Amino acid sequence: MCGRAFLLACAALVSTLALAACSDDDGGPSITLYSGRNEALVQPIIDQFTADTGIEVEVRYGDTTELAGVLLEEGDNSPADLFFAQDAGALGAVSDEGQLMTLPQPVLDLVPAKFRADNGQWVGLSGRSRVVVYNNTAELTDADLPDNIDAFTDPSWDGRIGWVPTNASFQSFVTAYRLLEGEEAARAWLEGIQDNNPTVYPNNGAAVEGTANGEVDVAFVNHYYLFQFLAEQGEDFSARNHFLSGGDVGALVNVAGAGILESSDHKEDAQALIEYLLSKVGQEYFANKTYEYPLTAGISVTEGLPPLESLEPPEVDLSNLDDLAGTIALLQETGVLQ
Amino acid sequence: MLLPTAYLVVRVLDEGVSAWEDITSVAARQAVVRTVALATTVTAASVALGVSLGWLTARTDLPLRRMWTVLLALPLAVPSYVGAYTFVAAFGPRGMLQDVLSPLGVATLPEIYGFRGAWLVLTLFTFPYVLLPVRAALHMMDRSFEEAARGLGASRAEAFWRVTLPQLRPAIAAGGVLVALYTLSDFGAVSILRFDSLSRVIYIRYTSFDRGSAAAFALVLVALSLVVVIGESMLRGKARYHATTRHAAAPVVRLGAWKWPAFAFCTSVVIISLVVPLSVIAYWLARAATDDSASWLTREAAWNSVYASGLAALVAVAASLPIALMAVRYPGALASVAEKAAYTGYALPGITIALALVFFAANYAPSLYQTMPLLIFAYTVRFLPQALGSSRTALLQVNPNTEDAARGLGRSRATVFRRVTLPQIVPGLTSGALLVFLTVMKELPVTLLVSPIGFDTLATRVWSATSEGFFARAALPALLLVALSSIPLLVSVLREERA
Repeated sequence: MCGRAFLLACAALVSTLALAACSDDDGGPSITLYSGRNEALVQPIIDQFTADTGIEVEVRYGDTTELAGVLLEEGDNSPADLFFAQDAGALGAVSDEGQLMTLPQPVLDLVPAKFRADNGQWVGLSGRSRVVVYNNTAELTDADLPDNIDAFTDPSWDGRIGWVPTNASFQSFVTAYRLLEGEEAARAWLEGIQDNNPTVYPNNGAAVEGTANGEVDVAFVNHYYLFQFLAEQGEDFSARNHFLSGGDVGALVNVAGAGILESSDHKEDAQALIEYLLSKVGQEYFANKTYEYPLTAGISVTEGLPPLESLEPPEVDLSNLDDLAGTIALLQETGVLQ
Repeated sequence: MLLPTAYLVVRVLDEGVSAWEDITSVAARQAVVRTVALATTVTAASVALGVSLGWLTARTDLPLRRMWTVLLALPLAVPSYVGAYTFVAAFGPRGMLQDVLSPLGVATLPEIYGFRGAWLVLTLFTFPYVLLPVRAALHMMDRSFEEAARGLGASRAEAFWRVTLPQLRPAIAAGGVLVALYTLSDFGAVSILRFDSLSRVIYIRYTSFDRGSAAAFALVLVALSLVVVIGESMLRGKARYHATTRHAAAPVVRLGAWKWPAFAFCTSVVIISLVVPLSVIAYWLARAATDDSASWLTREAAWNSVYASGLAALVAVAASLPIALMAVRYPGALASVAEKAAYTGYALPGITIALALVFFAANYAPSLYQTMPLLIFAYTVRFLPQALGSSRTALLQVNPNTEDAARGLGRSRATVFRRVTLPQIVPGLTSGALLVFLTVMKELPVTLLVSPIGFDTLATRVWSATSEGFFARAALPALLLVALSSIPLLVSVLREERA
C-alpha cells in the first residue's frame, strides 16, 4: 500500500538523520578554516600543508563577507579556528567584535608592517594591486592611459568604463580614497565616473572578460584576474593590465589575510597553517599559482608582473580600511549602489 | 517556520530607529517598486505561458504533443543563475548571438541587463511552476461541466473562459504564488543581470556587515510575501472542485489552422528556455580542457546533491501534510496563520535564511550546528511552500464524502487517513516532493553556509567555478545538475501522461 510505503520511507529517513547527527571524526590534529578565498586557488596549498604537517584542515568555502557574517552570528560558538579573507575589511569587521586573537610578534614580523593589522589580530598572506585593465585590441596602448584614477572622470571616457561596485576590493579602494583625499573628493570622483555611464559588472572576472570582449575599454579591477584568463585562453586574450603610479590611490595594494578566532581550541595548529602560508613554499604558491604578490622577503613574482618594489602605491594604513559602512553610505548617496 | 522572521525582528530591534529610516528612504521605496514590478510581470507572464502551454499539451491535437509535454517541464531543472549566465553569454553585448549577427550588419542587440533581462530569465525558468499544476488540474478535471456548457450552446472560447478557467484557479494560484515568491527571493539572476531588486539591496547590506539594515529590508520582503499569499488565498476563493466521477477520454480539441502557429510557439519557448542554456553550457564544456573540467566534478558532489535533495523533499512533504490537512479540513484562523507563516520564508533570499539558522543553531543548538539534520531543516524552512501548495491541491481534490463513509463504517481517523485519504493524494504529494527536490538541487546560499563542513553539491561546484570566472569548469557540474534534475521530472510527467 502507498500509505505503508510512505511510513517506511519516513522511518528510514529518521534513522538516517539520527545516524548523521552522531557521526564523529576520527581524532588526529584537525582545524577548521573558513575560507573566503576560492577553492581552486587555495585548496592545493592546503592539501600540501596537510601532507607536510599531518594537520587535517576542514574548509568551509564561501564568499568573504558572507563568512564574516556567519562568524558574527556564531559569536563565541564558532566552530572555526581560522578565517582566511579576501581583504582586510572583513578581517577588521570580525576583529572589531573582539572575535580574533592577537598573533605572536614573530609571525607578524614575517611581513612588512603595512601588510598586517595595527592591533596584530590579522596578517596579510598575499598582496594584490588595483589596476586598470584595458582592451588592447582597440587603439589603446599602455602609454595612452593616464597615470591616475581621477583622469577617468574626463568626459572622453563616457561609456568606456567598467566597474564592480559590489566587489569588496573596489569598496576597499573607495575607503582608501576617502581616507587619503577626503570624503568630498571621493564623492566627486564617484559622481564623475557615474557621469561617464560606467558598465556595472557582477564580479571582477566578468569585468575583465567584458573588457577583453570590447564591451568596455577599461575596467577597475585587481591585477591577478588577467593572468588567470591569459593562462586559460592564451596570449590572444585581448586585455592587459595598466598600473597607475605616483602614489595614486588607484594603485592601492591590498592584502588577502588571515586571523585566528579567539574562541578556537586549536590555536597552535591554526598558527602552524598561517606560518606555512608565509613560508617559502606558501609564498611561492601565491606568486605562481594565484598570480598575487608574495609578501615575505626574497620571493619573485610571476612572469609579466612588475615586482612589488616597482609599484608606486599610495601610503595608506590597511588597518584603517575598515569603515566599510561609511563607504557603502557614500556609494548609496551617489547612486553607485542602490 | 517563523525562525527567520524572529531572527529578523531581533536584528532590527538591535538596530533601532536607523533601520526604520533606512527602509523609508527614497532609494528604498524605489527598490520596493522595482521589486514589485518584477514580481508582478514575471508572475503574469508565467501564468500566461503556463496556462496556454498546459492547455495545448493536455487538451489538443498539437503535433508531437508528448515531446512538448516533457520538454516544457525541463526549464525548471535549470538554476536561474545558470540561466542568467548563459543568457549573458548568448545574448549579452558581444555575446555569441552578436558574433553571429554582426557580419549581417546588426550592430547592437536589445539590452539584456536590467529589468528586461531579469524579467525574461525569471519567467523562462519559473513558468513550469504554473504549467505543471495547471496540466495536472486539466487531467484531473471533471469534464462533464465543459460538455454541459458546450451542450448549452457556449462556444469553445466561452466554455474555456467561463467553465475551464475558473476550475483552474486553484492550480494557477498555487503555481503563481510560487513564481511570485521565487522572484522576490531570487538573488542569482538579478545580480548577474544587474537589476536592483530588494534581494540585491539586502545582499549589499550584508557585504557591509550592516546586519540591522539588511534585516529591515528582509522584513519588507516578508511583508510583500504576505501580500502575495493573502492575494493568492483571495484569488483561490472558497470554492472547492471535487471530482465526482472520472471521465476517461477527454474530447481532443482540434487546432485546425492554429496547429502550426501553436507548434511554432512551443518550439520557440523550448529553444530559448532549454536549447539556449544547454548549448552555452555545451560550448563551455567543449572549450574546457577535459581533465580540468572533470577534476572539478566529484562523484561525491553528485551523490550529495541527490541525497540531500531527496531527504529534503521527503521531510518537506511530511511537514506540509499536517498544515495542509488543517487548512483544507479544519479551516480557521489558526490554520490560516500556520499556512501563511510557512510561505514567509520562501520570499526571503537564501542568505537571510542561512544567517538566521546560523544564529539560532550556533547559539542555541550547537550540537546540531553544521549537521545534515540542520541542513535538511533549513531546506524545509525555505521550500516548504512548494510542498504545501501541492499537498493542499491534492487534498482539495479528495471528496470528504469518501472519508466520512469510511468513518461511518467504524474506522479510526488514522486508518481512514492511511487507507482512504493517503492513496488518493499520493500523486499530488509526489509532485510536491518533486518540486522541492528540484529546487534543493539548485539551492546555493543555505548549502554553502549551513551544510556540514566540506559538504559539496553540484550547485556549490558550479558556484565555486563561476565565482572566479572559470566557466569551463562550471560546465560539467551544471550539465549534470540539469540532467539529474530532469530524470524525476521526466518520470513524473510521463506517469501523469499515462494516467
